Amino acid sequence: MAVIQEVARARSIGRERRKGDGKAAAVFLAPWFAGLVLITAFPLLASLYLSFTDYSLLAAPNWVGVENYTAMFSDPRFYQALKVTFLYVFISVPLQLAAALALAMVLDKGLRGLAFYRSVYYLPSLLGGSVAIAILWRQVFGADGLVNQVLAFFGVEGYGWVSHPDYALGTLMVLNVWTFGAPMVIFLAGLRQIPAMYYEAASIDGAGRWRQFRNITLPLLTPIVFFNLVLQLIGAFQTFTQAFIVSGGTGGPVDSTLFYTLYLYEKGFGSYQMGYASAMAWFLLLIIAGMTAVNFLASKFWVFYDD
Amino acid sequence: MTDAPVRPAPRPDAHRGPATLSEVAASYPDSPRRRRRLGPSLRRVARHVALIAFGLIMLYPLLWMLASSFKPTDLIFREPGLIPTELDLGNYTDGWNALLHPFGHYLMNSALVVLGCVLGNLVSCSMAAYAFARLKFRGRGIWFAVMLMSIMLPIHVIIVPQYILFSSLEWINTFLPLIVPKLLATDAFFVFLMVQFFRGIPKELDEAARLDGCGHGRIFLQIMLPLSLPALATTAIFTFIWTWNDFFSQLIFLTRPDMYTVPLALRTFVDATSNSSWGPLFAMSIVSLIPVFLVFLFGQKYLVKGIATTGIK
Repeated sequence: MAVIQEVARARSIGRERRKGDGKAAAVFLAPWFAGLVLITAFPLLASLYLSFTDYSLLAAPNWVGVENYTAMFSDPRFYQALKVTFLYVFISVPLQLAAALALAMVLDKGLRGLAFYRSVYYLPSLLGGSVAIAILWRQVFGADGLVNQVLAFFGVEGYGWVSHPDYALGTLMVLNVWTFGAPMVIFLAGLRQIPAMYYEAASIDGAGRWRQFRNITLPLLTPIVFFNLVLQLIGAFQTFTQAFIVSGGTGGPVDSTLFYTLYLYEKGFGSYQMGYASAMAWFLLLIIAGMTAVNFLASKFWVFYDD
Repeated sequence: MTDAPVRPAPRPDAHRGPATLSEVAASYPDSPRRRRRLGPSLRRVARHVALIAFGLIMLYPLLWMLASSFKPTDLIFREPGLIPTELDLGNYTDGWNALLHPFGHYLMNSALVVLGCVLGNLVSCSMAAYAFARLKFRGRGIWFAVMLMSIMLPIHVIIVPQYILFSSLEWINTFLPLIVPKLLATDAFFVFLMVQFFRGIPKELDEAARLDGCGHGRIFLQIMLPLSLPALATTAIFTFIWTWNDFFSQLIFLTRPDMYTVPLALRTFVDATSNSSWGPLFAMSIVSLIPVFLVFLFGQKYLVKGIATTGIK
């Protein structure tokens, strides 16, 4: 039996060396390759070209050099969009990951009903991006919404949170933190990978819970933290639906929820300044690529790979 | 995927938490024995209470929306409680007929888009994944890297030229701009997910099949796909949920009310809603969440596996 397998392996390797699978690969990859060229690569380059033109869909693109970029960098609303997006990303993502890790730690104590809790906490992640939840949020944090009803019960008078320029963005951050379930599931999977003997050894050596967390759990979990961080940052930069629905498509009140993508949409598909929108699109790509690169570089200093 | 870290076989040391610790503690002569008897069980109950309370707080807005959808609108804003005093289906009939078309029309549109996207992703992503996982061809490493990088590309970066392309094909206000990209495997990380899964299938199987004279087409169709049902299910479920929830690309490519999908219909609804008709709006929001919720209920196993292996939402 083993001999037959060996012969088979040798023969198939021999055949591969002779012909390779080039033809078969061409067939299997044809749809993907067509998509890569037509739907991804070509539009990517086209948008770079368009970012140097004045284009409104009606007439042919008109080369204007770096005008879109200079306009962009002297546009206060562009800076506002950057500010809103960065605030949102760098406040809500760490909070979301902290919540995810904390809950994963609690759930990873071998307690009964793990599957049930995991489902309950995970559900918001699935629904969070939908228009329906954005509508719900708009009501929950509205002037006579659920939050204020609860506050009124305690005798506190709330604001119309979503229509107050100081708080509207905060309500969207809360929404993002609310969807901590997806990273939590990933953390849970990571925690399960840590060998129990590490903890046993540590506790025999007299390490308390906090020291076990500091010196075992956290270092061994850093690859997962890193993975979650990269994913959630990239995702958070692209937030659109919630801001669009909660602000009625305006990014208001007073541009306080003018997310980058929302402004891009407004420029490209509201006022048909396709050139400007393309410049914004490429700048977004640079931000995300740059941030991901910094993340990977910085990871050398804090991510610990145990192999 | 087969070595998915989600639910490994029950480990003998599964209770490494309090149980193991207290055992270790008990082996010391001066360990507090009373705590060993009372502590863990009390703490365990407390933990469950806290977890349930926290879950309730998290889900409260959802439950409240569900309850509110059965209340007359003027009551929604007066009582934050969950139990409706009367079960009133009026919001549902009002909401169903509040827009230009009955809500079923939009549900149907969404269902069509979802169906096309799910089929497209299943076929195209599994084909590409087979090539990356099993075939030897020149430049495989580079193309694989390109595929991985395309996962991170935000749609916003390419949406403008895509719009120009699709409008020159006169595809605006059809479902084609939403479905055709899926037929071309542009959701690259489903390719990645399936590559991971295929790699876990023993190579001996396809080598034996090849020895028996099977071509790659038959190996793919009769060996790989039947063995990859979990990965296919994960792909189908996530494609379903994302497409159902997707707003951005549908907003751009569908502008005619009769082509509206559920998210677009809800958006029109919310724009037209004054404070007096939150009830019907909530009712239709609930209707829009039901399919996702059902998929969640029946597909949980695959959802959890899928997130744990690829880190998707």
